Order: sequence, then C-alpha cells, then structure tokens
Amino acid sequence: MKWLYDFSYLTRAIHEGLSARFEPGTVVILEMVLVGITFMLLFALLGLVLVYAERKVSAVIQQRLGPMRVGKWGTAQTLADVIKLLLKEPLINKDADKFLFNLAPFVIMIAAFMAIAALPFAKGLHAIDFDIGILYVAAVSSLGVIGILLAGWSSNNKYSLIGAMRAGAQIISYELSVALSLLTIVVLTGSLQFSTIVESQADGWWIFKGHIPAMIAFVIFLIASTAETNRGPFDLAEAESELTAGFHTEYSGLKFAFFFLAEFANMFIVAGIGATVFLGGWMPFHIGSWEGFNAVMDFIPPIFWFFGKVGFMIFLMMWFRWTFPRLRIDQLLTLEWKYLLPINLMNIVLMAFLSLMGWHF
Amino acid sequence: MEDVITTPLESQEYFINMGPQHPSTHGVLRLVLSLDGEIIRKVEPHIGYIHRSIEKMCEHDSYQQIVHLTDRMDYLSCHINNEAVCLGVEMGLQLEVPERVKVIRTIIGELTRLSSHQLWWGVMGMDLGAITTFLYGFRDREMITDIFEETCGARLTMNYNVPGGLMFDIHPNFQKRTKDFITHFKKKLPEYDDLLSNNVIFRQRTMGIGKLSKADAISFGVTGPSGRASGFSCDVRKHHPYSAYDKVQFKEILRTEGDCFARYQCRIDEMWESVSIIEQLIDNIPEGPFKAPTKAAIKLPKGEFYQKVETARGEFGVYIISEGQKSPYRLKFRSPGFSNLSALNHMAQGCKIADLVAIMSTIDLVIPDIDR
Repeated sequence: MKWLYDFSYLTRAIHEGLSARFEPGTVVILEMVLVGITFMLLFALLGLVLVYAERKVSAVIQQRLGPMRVGKWGTAQTLADVIKLLLKEPLINKDADKFLFNLAPFVIMIAAFMAIAALPFAKGLHAIDFDIGILYVAAVSSLGVIGILLAGWSSNNKYSLIGAMRAGAQIISYELSVALSLLTIVVLTGSLQFSTIVESQADGWWIFKGHIPAMIAFVIFLIASTAETNRGPFDLAEAESELTAGFHTEYSGLKFAFFFLAEFANMFIVAGIGATVFLGGWMPFHIGSWEGFNAVMDFIPPIFWFFGKVGFMIFLMMWFRWTFPRLRIDQLLTLEWKYLLPINLMNIVLMAFLSLMGWHF
Repeated sequence: MEDVITTPLESQEYFINMGPQHPSTHGVLRLVLSLDGEIIRKVEPHIGYIHRSIEKMCEHDSYQQIVHLTDRMDYLSCHINNEAVCLGVEMGLQLEVPERVKVIRTIIGELTRLSSHQLWWGVMGMDLGAITTFLYGFRDREMITDIFEETCGARLTMNYNVPGGLMFDIHPNFQKRTKDFITHFKKKLPEYDDLLSNNVIFRQRTMGIGKLSKADAISFGVTGPSGRASGFSCDVRKHHPYSAYDKVQFKEILRTEGDCFARYQCRIDEMWESVSIIEQLIDNIPEGPFKAPTKAAIKLPKGEFYQKVETARGEFGVYIISEGQKSPYRLKFRSPGFSNLSALNHMAQGCKIADLVAIMSTIDLVIPDIDR
C-alpha cells in the first residue's frame, strides 16, 4: 500500500518494468501512450461521475429525487445517455463550414487535455511537472475559447454566432482575473511550479496562511473560473432562454457530447487548479502541533485529499449554477473590468507587502 | 492607412426570428427582432400560430358550450375566463345566482390566480437562468391543482362554472385542503423572496429595465399587474366588483416605477392579497344551492352585454351580441395578453436580447390567449 501514499513507487516500477523489456525510445513512446490512455479513461470517468453528480446535486437543491430508474438510484443514467448520444444522427446544417464545424469540438477537448496534464493529482502522480506550470495552464485553458468561436462561426446560425461572440468577450476578460488571483499566491511561493506550490503548503494551506488577501484571491478565483468555464450564472454563451443553446445550437450526437464533456472536464480542471493553489492540493489538513490529529489526517491517502477538495470546489460551482440567475453581457463585463480586476490588482500589491514584511505564516 | 483608421467600421442591422419555437416565447409566438449587435432596435410580434377561431366557433355554440372554449384561451386563468362568460350570460338573463356560488367562485378564482402567479414566478426565474425557481413554483402549484382535481376532476382546464352556478358542489374536503394549502404557502412565499427577489443579480437584471410610463400603459391598454406596476389603477375586482369581491377587504397593488422589477413585485404582492382574500372567505361559505335553476337551452334576450373580470393577466372582457337565439349573433373576447403584447416593442427598444426575455417574462404572456 506504499504506492497509495507516494505514487512515484508505482510510476518507477512501471518505468523499470518497461525499460527491462524495451529500447529506451520505445519506452518513452509506450509511457506516453499509457499516460494518454489514463487521461482518456479519467475523462470518460469524470464525464460519467460529474454528470451524475450534477443531476443529483441539482435534484437536492430543487427538492426532487433526480434520476432513479436506470440502475440503482439512477447510477446508470449517464451510461444510458452516452448510448443515446452515440446513436444520434450527427446533423450538419446546410451552408455550415463543414471543416471548422467538425474541428470545433476537438479543439475544445484538446485544450482540456493539455490543461489537465499539468495537474498534480497526488504525490508523484503528475504527468508533466513544468517549472512554469501556472503560466502553462493559464495559457492552455484559454485555447478552449477558439473552439467555441469556431463552433459559433461555422454553424451558420445567428444564435450560435451571438453565443460565440459573448463567450469570446467573456473568457478573454475573466482570464485576467484567474491569472491574477493565481499570481497572488505565486507572490507567496515564489514559484510557478505546481509541485513546489503544493510542497510549500505542507504546514498549512495558503488560504489560511495568506491572511485576508489569500481569501480575497480565492473568492475572485472562484468567480472568475466559473465564468471561464461558461457555467451558470455566467453561462451567457449558452443562455438557453435567450439563444436557445448558444454556440452549440446546431450540434447533435457525439459532437454535442464533446462540448458537454468538455464543460465538465474544464470544471474539473479549474477546480483542480483552485484546490492545488489555495487548498493545498493533495496535502492533508494539518493543525499546528496537534500530533495525533495530524497523524490521523496523514493516514488518508493524498489522492483522496485532492479529489475531496476538487469535489468541494465542484460542488460550490454546481451550487452557484442552480441558485443564481444569469447575468447580462454588459453586467458581466462590468463585474470583471470595474470590480474584480481593480480589487485583484490591489490585492496583489497587498500580498506583496505582506510577503515582504513576512506577516504570513 | 489613414482611411482605415478614420472611417468607423461599417455596421449593419440584422434580423433574428425569435420563435415560433423558442424556449422563452412561452408558446408559438414569433418575434422578428431587428438587432444592432445585441441591442434591440425593433420587435415585431407575429401572431396567429395557434389561432383556432374561437370567437367564430362561439357563434354556433350554445352558451353552455361557450364556457368550455374559454378554458383553451388563457389556460392558466381558466376558471376566471369561465366566470366571465357565465357572469355575462347571467347578466343577460337577469339571473341572481346564490350567495354560495358567488363565494365559491371567488375562492376558486383566487386559487387560480395564485396558481397562475406561481407558474409565472417559476418561469420568470427560468427565463433569467435560475432554473431552481421553476421547481419551487411547481411544488406549490401542485397543491392547488390537487384541490381542483378533487373539486371538479380536472387539474388545468376546469370547466367548473356553468351559467347560473357551478357544475357540482364543492368536495367535503375542500375547505380543509384549502386551509392546509394557505398555511403551507404562507411559509413558502417568503422563500420566493429569498431565492429570487432579493438576489443581487436578479435585481440588476430587472430594475430599470423595460420601463412603461402610466400614460403609455393606458394608451396601450396594458392591464393587470403589468399595468398596475406603472401606476394605472385598473383592478376590475376593485372598480367593478363581481361575485363576492365587494364583500372582502383587499388592497389594489399599485407601483409607480413601471419597470420589470415593479411588475415582478406587483405579482408577488398580489399573491399575498389573494391569500388574504381566500382566508376571509374560506370559513364563511354560505349554505344553499350550488346552482340557480336555468333552462336546458339558454336563450339570451336581444341586446348587447359586456362583462369584464380580472384574470391573472389583466382585464378579460366578454362582449355578447344576442339576437335572442340559442347562440350569440356575435361574440368578442377582450384578452389581456393581446394588449399587453402590443406594448412590447415600446418597452424593449434599446434593450439587449437578455432584457427582452426579462420583459416578456414580466408581462406574463399566454399565447393561446393572444391568438384565441
């Protein structure tokens, strides 16, 4: 069970096992394939679990039961949906730009794949540990908007186009807040590398150690990342009551499923980043010198800590979505440019000051 | 290069067909929007997708049959529509209905208004993106439709009224269940405020949006809560009391702002008033027959009769021209939705698409009521 607490034992064992049998070049390719398959499986699993979770969470909020018929407590409902989506006819409307129309869902998915690669899931469970991890994730996660713009442009539908244009304005604006709120913590850690950021939280998570600026940054991150994933109350690109379904109005079947899956994958990614930077990633919860308590917390494997924190963040986002009404596009931009961005900039200055004075823990 | 910098980008208005299939036109209404980017320049409603020529059909039906057709117009205020026709016919016959009928009609009319407003509240939230409100609204509405089902067998299109009285007497459980509902709903109505009215996003989305001045409300003939939100005192229950409305105490909700939030708040306050009206009457249903004796074939005397009532959407009028036959010579309905829709272009100009959805929600359109 040693590997459950430190996955480097497992990865090293796999690497050594492969190296014993194959050439070094083949080993690299095989490992890349293995990682790719793992992430694809993770995506499929995430889709299944999160769609089910979304249904049940919304059901609880709305005082109903949610899916109950397919499987025990409706657990197989998502599976049934996948089958339905696979069997549906992939329609392309007349005069649509077929190449771009087909390309769009893949662009979104690829952006999600690229971003998820940099997340540290547990000790030693990390596809790539860039030394510019945060910069990389901030850059890559914004590629998804190209997919949305392509989808809206190529559909030859005015509703789609309006939705895509809204998404463009929205994501470009909120990216600033996401990046700046992450930078607030980078000021403390002095590193953009995810593994270093996690290690620096061994004696306490940044949200607690960083005083008020860290909490402000966390709240801003939560708002801005919800907006960046295009989820309610910021789901203007979809805005089902205004634009029917926004940028994916014309998509059906598997291609629609890709957009759907990408939404949940993106939600997982931003929740993962938030958990890593603010809530200590896979680090257990420790309180000062309470040895017994800390030992019990250490007993829970890091991977559960990570997924638990991500689950908490995702639950918050679902809670937002099923409670708040949607903002209007100008209010959305006002919120970012007139409130979040100035607060964020002030917050960074404050954090830099705190950091210089050494007032954080 | 200088030309490129100095000449502004050429922009062009474009058109979007919103409807007849669209999630927030609430039926088969088609709006042709002229847009400049997201800003609305003109809204042109195209109606007639669910026209069933009810008025023409009425010319061949007996008066009892006409009552059934009015259910299919504003299906959310079906009982009140039925009542309008019945009151019109009773007026023509100079028939005095028993007190018991008047009180029961008023209670069920107010329950209908409540259920209509509950549905409107749920849908209003959904139009603005808060899907949970829909389920909350329907949760409470369910109790009212259960009461209706027990009373007359139908949940939506009730047909409980007949000229001269009611089709059946009330169920023995009626009073108890209505009182249960009122106690339940009085606890739940503040939840509506917690979930939606006091939400900062909701307030931003509705305050100052879609303004309609009092003068405009009068000139467009906007009635009901939408008109009263602009300060137009137009409550038929107050000005021309019918059934038992002269026996109860209630306020006419008036606001002056005339924006989406005022229309919203008007309906919420009206729900409190409806609850109070039902509370005043539910224990005081007089004993007596549930129907005044009428002939099997009703013939109205020669003449013209107009009866108006206050539905959940505004003033609903029935204008009957009788030649003394079993069917009216001509019959015209004044439906509130039609007039309220006419003000949409005026209210929505210069707003954004999202605002149009909010405005449409707050004037509470029921499309079969507009098309008839």
